[in-house]
Amino acid sequence: MSQVFLGMPAHAPADVRALHGTQPFPAAARTALADSQLRRNLGAATATIRGKRAAAVAEVDDWEQLRFAGQQIKAATMARLDEHLIRLEQAVTERGGTVHWARDAAEANRIVTELVKAAGADEVVKVKSMATQEIGLNEALAEAGIAAWETDLAELIVQLGHDTPSHILVPAIHRNRAEVREIFLREMPGVDPDLADDPRELAMAARTHLRRKFLTAQVAVSGANFAVADTGTLVVVESEGNGRMCLTLPPTLITVMGIEKVVPSWADLEVYLQLLPRSSTGERMNPYTSTWSGVTAGDGPQEFHLILLDNGRTAVLADDVGREALHCIRCSACLNVCPVYERTGGHAYGSVYPGPIGAVLTPLLTGVLDNPTLPYASTLCGACFDACPVRIDIPSLLVHLRARSTELRAERRLVPTSEAVAMTVASWVMSKPRLFAWATRAARLGRLIARRGRIRSLPPPLSAWTATRDAPEPPTSTFREWWLNGKERS
Amino acid sequence: MTTGSARDEVLARIRHALSASPTEPIEPVRGYRRTGQYSPGAPQLLDRLTERLTDYRAAVHAATPRTLVSVLEAALDGTRRVLVPPGLPAEWIPASAVIDDGGMSPAELDAVDAVLTACTAAAADTGTIVVDASPDQGRRAITLIPDRHVCVVRAAQVVQTVPELLSRVDPHKPLTFISGPSATSDIELRRVEGVHGPRTLIVVLLSD
Repeated sequence: MSQVFLGMPAHAPADVRALHGTQPFPAAARTALADSQLRRNLGAATATIRGKRAAAVAEVDDWEQLRFAGQQIKAATMARLDEHLIRLEQAVTERGGTVHWARDAAEANRIVTELVKAAGADEVVKVKSMATQEIGLNEALAEAGIAAWETDLAELIVQLGHDTPSHILVPAIHRNRAEVREIFLREMPGVDPDLADDPRELAMAARTHLRRKFLTAQVAVSGANFAVADTGTLVVVESEGNGRMCLTLPPTLITVMGIEKVVPSWADLEVYLQLLPRSSTGERMNPYTSTWSGVTAGDGPQEFHLILLDNGRTAVLADDVGREALHCIRCSACLNVCPVYERTGGHAYGSVYPGPIGAVLTPLLTGVLDNPTLPYASTLCGACFDACPVRIDIPSLLVHLRARSTELRAERRLVPTSEAVAMTVASWVMSKPRLFAWATRAARLGRLIARRGRIRSLPPPLSAWTATRDAPEPPTSTFREWWLNGKERS
Repeated sequence: MTTGSARDEVLARIRHALSASPTEPIEPVRGYRRTGQYSPGAPQLLDRLTERLTDYRAAVHAATPRTLVSVLEAALDGTRRVLVPPGLPAEWIPASAVIDDGGMSPAELDAVDAVLTACTAAAADTGTIVVDASPDQGRRAITLIPDRHVCVVRAAQVVQTVPELLSRVDPHKPLTFISGPSATSDIELRRVEGVHGPRTLIVVLLSD
């Protein structure tokens, strides 16, 4: 067992289930691809949002300058992350809030559970939050006898459907209106049995269902989109008003926030509040953004707790290339433009963070050996980089993680992969001209099993290549033969 | 272990992570637009704000000091219980309105039909209005629970860009940025207006 030294950056523990899928990406993707309903739902939804985003972005003539600023502010913040967090803690404390620190998911869950119990509550209302999904807060609260009510419509659909989120912004993107109606009819107490599958009627059913909860809840739990170090201001960006309800009405508010969400100054928000809504929902601005600094007498919660969460983030920070993944503002634009995500959906990634950013962030948080297939869940087409509002170079990060994964496996002297064996053999053959000439001529044998210019399956160990792609039919002559022939003709 | 040690440990981890590859702090380049081409209250901005809010399915009515009372009456038409914050200008307050004393519970606010407030500032480019809990805007709950929010925006409060908007608000106050009535796109990414926040937003644009 390896010893953990105090102050060494640490990955998210292996028992953080929301970051560890039950099967590798290729296997999960194969199951997802066979689900034609899922592919139809996803195809329609991502096409809609891609169109809206493109129109909203095209309207902004300084979009590229905003992206550069968004990238640089995040990079500058990470370079002094400790200082900014200390300033944030001080500003929040001065304004009547209490700041807690959590090394990992279990510690954060323990702090929240104790705070809810101290408030004398046995239930909480929740604003959609990636951080609390990541740490499995709802499950931890349930074990302590505390019910957590998701109030975002999509999260509610996921929770009532005993399902898991498949998209950062729209966790129920894999469900269509008919499926949502069925879930509501089955799981929502007192729902109108004549409920139609019209999105408006379904949204109204959710409003009625949650109204009493909002008006009587004693504790709310939220995440945060941003936290301003200078002013101690927390920011939650939302659409439905469920966020405002949770942030305003219950007497106690608990906010769980990843340490990378801090920004140095109030003026930094002018960049992100332009980039985020247009990138995520394709709107000029989201309907509601709430900001608060500590507590305000006579207005909103009179007790405010902020939990600053590591859970693998310091390990990401320690990777001087991978660090860039911490710049993510969770807009989900990269998911919507990704040809892989559009076909497999979010569940195949086995992580609460799916899509291109999930394929880098998840292995960075857990260590790449815990999620070795995710860096390969991409065609490296680059659409994610173009869409990213803070210019995270996701394709380069994927390549970096593929290299890390190979290096780490070699270091650990794990059984060499057929890829490693093939490369060793190739390097030996290619270093011997006569052997290489023979080998390229021998490859012509492949023509025997080719059909219409393609080889669909090769015998082991080469089957590892053709399991996921066709091999081209070898040409009738080798390059050397073609070259010599050409010389003779001239 | 105590919470104090978690703080020390997370900070030590961060310092360790950064020490391996120290980077010089860079000053971010802010090459984007920080001020608009129109000055606050310009007619072009009022038109743009109106267009953007209408696009979000909010209703916008123009008013002058002379027509304001009748415009507000029309905006509150059909409501029986109207709430106003304690510092609203006296001449705006409808005769039947109740003045919020901070004592009404969420359940009591749920029985109110409409709320009438002022605002802090607005941005035309994004169709955004900010309320900051000042006496003429009230505590956050009163603009949240009643199903209709009538908000008076003075022409001089309308700026063009988001950076200008943020420079005009006080980050230490509890702020709500409102861009249209509450909405969701969670089912098949089809936008539906009106979920948990006020389902009707009526903006009254007050010019001299």
